[in-house]
Amino acid sequence: MEYKLDFRTYSDALKKNKLLGLKCNDCGTFTCPPKMTCQECAGTDLEIVELSGNGEIVTFTQTFVAPQGRECEAPYTIVMVELDEGPWTMGNLIDIAPDKINMELIGRKVRLGHKVFPGDTYSDGEAARPLFSFQI
Amino acid sequence: MRRVAVVGTGHTRFMFNSPKTEVEMLAEASMDAINASHLKPKDIRAIFTGNVLGDFSEGQGMVQSYLANDIGCFNIPASKFEGACASATMAIRDAYMWVASGFYDIVLVGGTEKATAMGTPLATRTFAMFGDSRYEYPAGFTFPAFFAMEAHLYSKKYNVPLERLKEQMALVSVQSHHYGMKNPHAQFHKEITVDKVLSGFMVTSPLQLLDCCPFSDGAAAVVLASEDVAKRLTDKPVYIAGVGQASSGKMSSQYKYLPRLRARELAVKQAYEMAGLGPEDIDVCELHDCFSIASIIAVEGLGFAEFGKGGELWEKGETKTGGKIPVNISGGLKAKGHPIGATGASQLHEITRQLRGELVDEGRQVAGAKVGLVDTLGGDGVIVNLILKTD
Repeated sequence: MEYKLDFRTYSDALKKNKLLGLKCNDCGTFTCPPKMTCQECAGTDLEIVELSGNGEIVTFTQTFVAPQGRECEAPYTIVMVELDEGPWTMGNLIDIAPDKINMELIGRKVRLGHKVFPGDTYSDGEAARPLFSFQI
Repeated sequence: MRRVAVVGTGHTRFMFNSPKTEVEMLAEASMDAINASHLKPKDIRAIFTGNVLGDFSEGQGMVQSYLANDIGCFNIPASKFEGACASATMAIRDAYMWVASGFYDIVLVGGTEKATAMGTPLATRTFAMFGDSRYEYPAGFTFPAFFAMEAHLYSKKYNVPLERLKEQMALVSVQSHHYGMKNPHAQFHKEITVDKVLSGFMVTSPLQLLDCCPFSDGAAAVVLASEDVAKRLTDKPVYIAGVGQASSGKMSSQYKYLPRLRARELAVKQAYEMAGLGPEDIDVCELHDCFSIASIIAVEGLGFAEFGKGGELWEKGETKTGGKIPVNISGGLKAKGHPIGATGASQLHEITRQLRGELVDEGRQVAGAKVGLVDTLGGDGVIVNLILKTD
């Protein structure tokens, strides 16, 4: 059985600021990032949908110790965003002063952009990830 | 199924920059476990090992076969289990099932790791491989970041102000260092204070340096045997009364359940039900304190505290010897050290010694301990639990 929406397709779409996910035709749940089956009911009757890319921050961290090869990115802020359609997705947050990164971030509304991780020795190529900024 | 007991155990010093190889460390711990069991290598029927990053740290894969040959367990079946930091506990659970089923009578289980050989940047990179490489690593996901996000989520969800939560987290690290002082195998022999934790450099907010366990080198091993064999070998068999294991997907896939870890709750339920015991029956617990917040989340998932109130156990001193639920009297991953492939075997070694009453001289015996719990977390969602008891 083939993936309805695989990583490469997801990443290529994200590079055009389109966030693709899956809608379950059995239970209505949206799954994003995509996977083989519905995150809630394990159903396989799924259709590819474009999500709004809007959501709110549910948690975050500002990272100072980066993995090898990514030292120049630190410090950076990772956010977990609950998308308006329900699923949570991980990305980075931009447009924020370092001294403003605190618990007040939780609940802030954000919208989607993207940034490409060019890859390293261990990553089998590049990968786009969500890059969130505040909704105006 | 037959009853299965821990017969003997072995444990190297956990440390930075071990002069030994991973196979050498594991061979030393294994021979100590075999000798403590009054056995010879030829008595071992199979080997189960945990080792995670031997390939990255010293260019060595398949340590299990080289271990078997090194210690003179010539040509026996030797298998390696990989579940990130829970690898050795996974190996123990499988070894338990093979002995319980009657397939083997005597087996050796152990784990080894030499993470400090990688240095912090590569170790941070390779540890992050136990998160989702395609959908979460590109955002700079690291393991400290996982628990940092858990901490902020915890503070918000349970309405524990971050400042208070940080103090509770600091108390976890302070207690671990206190007991680590008394454990000759521990990586750190140094008392710390809440102020020192709260003034450490920020790794990933809100986790500061002393909220995080170290990278470590070390090994631990145990011999498991069927009840009838165990009774011939030792007058202090420690029985594996219950086992449990569960898995989870990437952090975002666990969404609504977080900061709780469902895999832990499912795994420990299996172990409790199998043992016919509950959290109130546990006398001593070794749990997976890779980060201070992880301990607070763990005591709740294991049933020792209400959700949102785990940190109060440390505030009230209930996690010390003599408290309601003594936790990580070894010093835990924080002070004892966390050579990831070895950690589960180290935890089992510690609980075995507690239940045998062997820690009086070290000043960290839980008086009268009869039932113990092991809790090990791998990556962002593999959990293995073991319940040990004496007759």
